[in-house]
Amino acid sequence: MCAACFHFIAELNLMLIDWNNFTPWTALAGGALIGVASAIFVLFNGRIAGIAGILGGLLRPKLRDIGWRLAFITGLITAPFAWLLFAPLPDIQIEASNTLLAAAGLIVGIGTRYGSGCTSGHGVCGISRLSPRSIIATLAFMATGVITVYAVRHVLGA
Amino acid sequence: MKNHISNTATLIFSLLSGLIFGIGLILAGMANPAKVLAFLDVAGLWDPSLGLVMAGAIGVALIAFAIAKRRNLSYLGLSIQLPSNRIIDKRLVLGSMAFGVGWGLAGICPGPAFVLLGTGSGKSIIFVIAMIAGMGLYELFESSGKPGHKNK
Repeated sequence: MCAACFHFIAELNLMLIDWNNFTPWTALAGGALIGVASAIFVLFNGRIAGIAGILGGLLRPKLRDIGWRLAFITGLITAPFAWLLFAPLPDIQIEASNTLLAAAGLIVGIGTRYGSGCTSGHGVCGISRLSPRSIIATLAFMATGVITVYAVRHVLGA
Repeated sequence: MKNHISNTATLIFSLLSGLIFGIGLILAGMANPAKVLAFLDVAGLWDPSLGLVMAGAIGVALIAFAIAKRRNLSYLGLSIQLPSNRIIDKRLVLGSMAFGVGWGLAGICPGPAFVLLGTGSGKSIIFVIAMIAGMGLYELFESSGKPGHKNK
């Protein structure tokens, strides 16, 4: 078997929690806001707040759908401006190189469309609808996300 | 006239949802790719915060979807369109697995990508353009493949 797998399990047993950067209250409150946004979207617009789906739909445009899709994305883009009216933005760090970002973006674009959703559509809305498809999808992308970070940081040592 | 009003309302509620969603992402720490990677790095110094983001979001959204499931029309009188597909197929699993790889490489998923764009981050422009290109490739594959293959 692979040495990396044993290494992985050994490290899991020594799981270290980063208490200094653990932010339970803002995480819960921010999550609740995401829930509120998804609630507004389904109860007023009758739609799933799945960003990959909202964006992807623009690439096969139906005229009457373009407006609300762009409006939602505009809301996301203007969020930092709204935030800045009240407080400075928190720490934001993008560690990946430009090449890696391009590769990652491409894979995220293709993967979310084949998989019919991303963290918002499957992870938040889908699980909240108790959709078995979304639960499976969330487990799948969480698993490969963890494996990818493990491979990059602990096997390749980047 | 009624149609015109509900169209405007649709746009306003879309904008509002996007805005609240984005503010939630910033507050939660999900707009910070380094924090997302720290969540996925279970073998390193693990930051479990983002698990609580999911918990907070699902806690609220569960109620909303329970209400939505019992209605045909939204509060704006629009039909409530919930996915009806129940089939767990290769597309779903492999597509989601691929998404996870991309997510793990950069720590960015589609929602935070647009929030990052709004912060003026030049790096996020690269990610967003590549993501749209990926979705465009998907459309190309789809249109050249089986006609009428239904996607959500």
